[in-house]
Amino acid sequence: MGQRTRLVLSRMLQALPALAGVVIVSFALTRMLPGDPAVYFAGPAATEQSIAQIRVAMGLDLSLPMQFLHYARDLLMGDLGNSLSTGQPVLEELARRLPASLELTLTALLLSCAIALPLGVTAAVHQGSWIDHACRALVTAGVSLPTFFTGIALIYVFYYLLGWAPAPLGRLDFVYLSPPDVTGFYVVDALMAGDFETAGGAMRQLILPASTLALFTLAPIARMARAAMLEALSSDYIRTAKAAGLSQRKIVYFYAFQNAMLPVITTLGMVFSFTLGANVLVEKVFSWPGIGSYAVEALVVSDYAAVQGFVLAMAILFVALNLVIDIVYTLVDPRTRSTT
Amino acid sequence: MFLEVDHLAVSFATRRGKVAAVRDVRFSLAKGETLGIVGESGSGKSVSAYAIMQILDRGGQLESGRIQFDGMELNRYTNREMRDIRGREISMVFQNPRAALNPIRKVGHQIEDVLRRHARTSASGAKSAAIEAMRAVHINQPEKRYHSYPFELSGGMSQRIVIALALACDPRLLIADEPTTGLDVTTQKVVMDLIAELTRSRGMSSILITHDLGLAARYCDRIVVMKSGEVVETGTPDGLFHAPANAYTKRLIRATPRGGIGIGDLVDPPRQAPQRPAIGAPLLQVRDLRKTFGKGVNTVTAVDAVSFDIHAGESLGLVGESGCGKSTTSSMIMRLADPTSGEILLDGRSLTDTPASRFARDPRRTSLQMVFQDALASLNPRFTARQSIADPIRRLTRENADGRTEELAGQVGLPVELLDRFPHQLSGGQNARVGIARALASRPRLLILDEPTAALDVSIQAIVLNLLADLRADLGITYLFVSHDLHVVRLLCDRILVMKKGRIVEEGDAQRVMSNPTHEYTRTLLDAVPSLPNLKI
Amino acid sequence: MADRQSVAPPIAPARTRRLLGHAVYVIGDNPITAIAFALFALIIGVAVFGPLLIPFDPLETNASRALMPPSLDNWFGTDNLGRDLFSRVIIATRLDLMISVAAVALAFVVGAAMGSAAGYWGGWIDIVTGRLIDTIMAFPLFVLAMGIVAALGNTVENIIYATAIINLPFYARVARAEVRIRRDSGFVQAARLSGNSDLRILALHIFPNTLPPMMVQISLNMGWAILNAAGLSFIGLGVRPPTPEWGIMVAEGANFVVSGEWWLAFFPGLALMITVFAFNLLGDGLRDIVDPRQRT
Repeated sequence: MGQRTRLVLSRMLQALPALAGVVIVSFALTRMLPGDPAVYFAGPAATEQSIAQIRVAMGLDLSLPMQFLHYARDLLMGDLGNSLSTGQPVLEELARRLPASLELTLTALLLSCAIALPLGVTAAVHQGSWIDHACRALVTAGVSLPTFFTGIALIYVFYYLLGWAPAPLGRLDFVYLSPPDVTGFYVVDALMAGDFETAGGAMRQLILPASTLALFTLAPIARMARAAMLEALSSDYIRTAKAAGLSQRKIVYFYAFQNAMLPVITTLGMVFSFTLGANVLVEKVFSWPGIGSYAVEALVVSDYAAVQGFVLAMAILFVALNLVIDIVYTLVDPRTRSTT
Repeated sequence: MFLEVDHLAVSFATRRGKVAAVRDVRFSLAKGETLGIVGESGSGKSVSAYAIMQILDRGGQLESGRIQFDGMELNRYTNREMRDIRGREISMVFQNPRAALNPIRKVGHQIEDVLRRHARTSASGAKSAAIEAMRAVHINQPEKRYHSYPFELSGGMSQRIVIALALACDPRLLIADEPTTGLDVTTQKVVMDLIAELTRSRGMSSILITHDLGLAARYCDRIVVMKSGEVVETGTPDGLFHAPANAYTKRLIRATPRGGIGIGDLVDPPRQAPQRPAIGAPLLQVRDLRKTFGKGVNTVTAVDAVSFDIHAGESLGLVGESGCGKSTTSSMIMRLADPTSGEILLDGRSLTDTPASRFARDPRRTSLQMVFQDALASLNPRFTARQSIADPIRRLTRENADGRTEELAGQVGLPVELLDRFPHQLSGGQNARVGIARALASRPRLLILDEPTAALDVSIQAIVLNLLADLRADLGITYLFVSHDLHVVRLLCDRILVMKKGRIVEEGDAQRVMSNPTHEYTRTLLDAVPSLPNLKI
Repeated sequence: MADRQSVAPPIAPARTRRLLGHAVYVIGDNPITAIAFALFALIIGVAVFGPLLIPFDPLETNASRALMPPSLDNWFGTDNLGRDLFSRVIIATRLDLMISVAAVALAFVVGAAMGSAAGYWGGWIDIVTGRLIDTIMAFPLFVLAMGIVAALGNTVENIIYATAIINLPFYARVARAEVRIRRDSGFVQAARLSGNSDLRILALHIFPNTLPPMMVQISLNMGWAILNAAGLSFIGLGVRPPTPEWGIMVAEGANFVVSGEWWLAFFPGLALMITVFAFNLLGDGLRDIVDPRQRT
């Protein structure tokens, strides 16, 4: 166990350069504003004097390395600046809205994995069958769907035409009260409070946006699962297992599947990247009060501190997710253990 | 008969429709007998074995044939029924042992899987049974190895695990499909001896599938020769080698390098070996050459204080197993890599003064050329044969590229009409000729031959070796022949160096090294290479 | 082997014919690839000849004909300002394609150069490129593009740059990997022995061999680039109204879907989907031609 702990720690250390890169790029992005940021932040009615004041206040009179140090110090203290439009600290707003985004993203990922993995594996095991062709068609169509368009199409069909889904306006219909805040996930919180009606209401709101996002992430996962499974099934060790008379179940679901999961785990990093991006679009379509729609609103009114804070938050979240993938991979594949 | 295969036909579904891989194959095997199935690539020898086991690759189908195994008609068995046969009655050992094991499962557990599948052990006794199976194949400290993953084991050790896995349930027939291909000759001998010992002591029958006639001759009671999906001849090693009835068998035996023959005896009809050119002054001198990789504690010394001379007109053999440093040495001489220390001199002038990265523009680039191991991989896939041969002519000489290319094609026996083909449109032998022509283009004085025939079937190897001997006689080029196979090297070389772990352990006249080796390692090497009986046909 | 030798004619025109024959064979074998090629041709045709095909001025408003469903006059219906949606969808093709083609071309040129150099020379070039790529990949890519456009300014050029930057890692990685596996291959060593300089080896011997996988990557990424660019304009970045562009048209139409006017968002969305679908199919088809083993 000691060796594994060491490995996990070393993987965490290896995430530091990525984190540093993220901070440097976000700093660069804040300094790339067109024109003089001080002029911009001072507003249209600014005088020379007030611009100079703001410049000093923002530290823009310092050298670039010093500016970076200030920026990094502010980050460490959790200071992402204040939103121009609401005047609230960006970090607070992001923290308040993050659970909504996470609830949506995680539900979508669970949903798509639950469908894509069995689909890809079955398609590979029955290569050339109708399920294989269906999988191929679904995969190609799936990566071609613009998320925002899928979302709108689902709203039209399930809300306007069929009336099955509630209005695409946020996490909970106004007839319900928000459940007590424990995890921040409405469905979980409501269930924990024993309020099944609210849980149902939250679930109904969640199902369309989560399906939209899941449809988008389904394709890459199914594609990779199928390809990895095909590769595993045609490898030498499967032939050895067959020649030793191992059962079909053992060969497919232990030998091949376990090996096929390795590239799939790696692909999940890319899928997370796509999901977090598509999340922004889905939140806008469904007026979902997460950090994505916050960023879109901020973009419209050119609220830069809010947008940069959002980009940084997403990047840190993504680095963390990648770290989790890395650790899982290390624990699953013995070959990575000896090379550290 | 214990195993009887009759009228076996297998086809594969391809994009161009059904292609027959094996036709009307028949052979039989007695209890306790070892049968060799010998043939060159594409002869259908492996497919026949897979058909018996019903583990054909996707698209493969048993068209017809009867497979009778100890009274059971295996060809009528369903896949489900075959699963009880595989591993318990008939087992198989494959080539490339490291890929043949599940990379993310402990080897002990993989053996347990087989034992438990065939109900040879209870859950609690599985571990000790697996360790017992590992001990049976002479694995040291099996309790410790039980927890190893395949990537932690050497090729030879992995093959023992595969054998342990195959023999764990005491099957009555073992099929070994090229079990030693890719292993070093010394490991090859250990693995083959192990298989022979275990099958004999357990009274098992076995089938050895190999491209190596020598291997089959040493280990088999009877041999089946296959060609293009058909059996051409069956017989005992003695009968087959002394009086082959079939023309193809005769050609195959003739082309296999063996003791006591000259290079001209490899081809049919035999010819006089070409004259060896006169040996002149030292052309290339290697002085105290060293090459290390890595830093600090991880330093690996690939080449360690190597010194030797090559005289003009001479053909020198450099022999050793994989990882002995022979390839590193040759790429330093070719000026593709820089030595860590030491010197290489051409005509007494230092070559190593010019770093490898700038040697492309050195006027002496023309003097040193090389023929690569895998001819196909050494040709740019997007260049025609003409472009490949013309490239060095244009870069290194002022000669007319078209005229010279055709002249070279003539010299290596490549028909001019093939010059506009791409590598994938040429056969292995033709690609080898293109590679040789390109190496000759700049009229080099020293040619390094880096295992030039290792990827070729023996019949083509025989032709290429003779071509090289002719070119040497005609052009007076000096050769450095790098190879793992002493018997091949002997045919072409005057003198032999034997390398082990970066050092030269033996050096001497080719005949003397072969007949009377002084170093222990050379003897091991010679002993490990299975060769055909010393005969003339 | 023998029959192959007897059929292959040696002259150059025959080689072209054979290549064509192979392409025809692959397309005939896989009708889906044929559909992809046809769709691709159609899209290019619409982008080039768009202005000649449209019945109405895409910017002309007409309050009396606002929100009309599809009809014989207005095939795709009209929007809330009475503009003809068919004309707008057709005209938008060129802008959408231009953005993604420019972005992918930029990403390909820079990425391939960076990746090839890193793969061939290794050392510090490889380390620096690798760090840069890793840093880009440490962001969720669409989010990074949002941040870049927000920081650089809200213009179409910046959409192109942002899309190029998030596409760059894919090309750099493929180029690096493809060059690296060939760097020490037999034919490259032979080229060295033939007196070729490093640059010449990289440009004339290695790079042409990496082109087929790169082409596949281009085709697969093009669809993704179109989706990203459209996504950016969907959230209000880059293209400004009233310029016709698919992403922004879907965004404008989204407000009307809840009240049943589906056609505003449907037709631009469909155009977007078909275009991306065509590129993805084309990529799969090209992969089949380049490497049949990777067929998925």
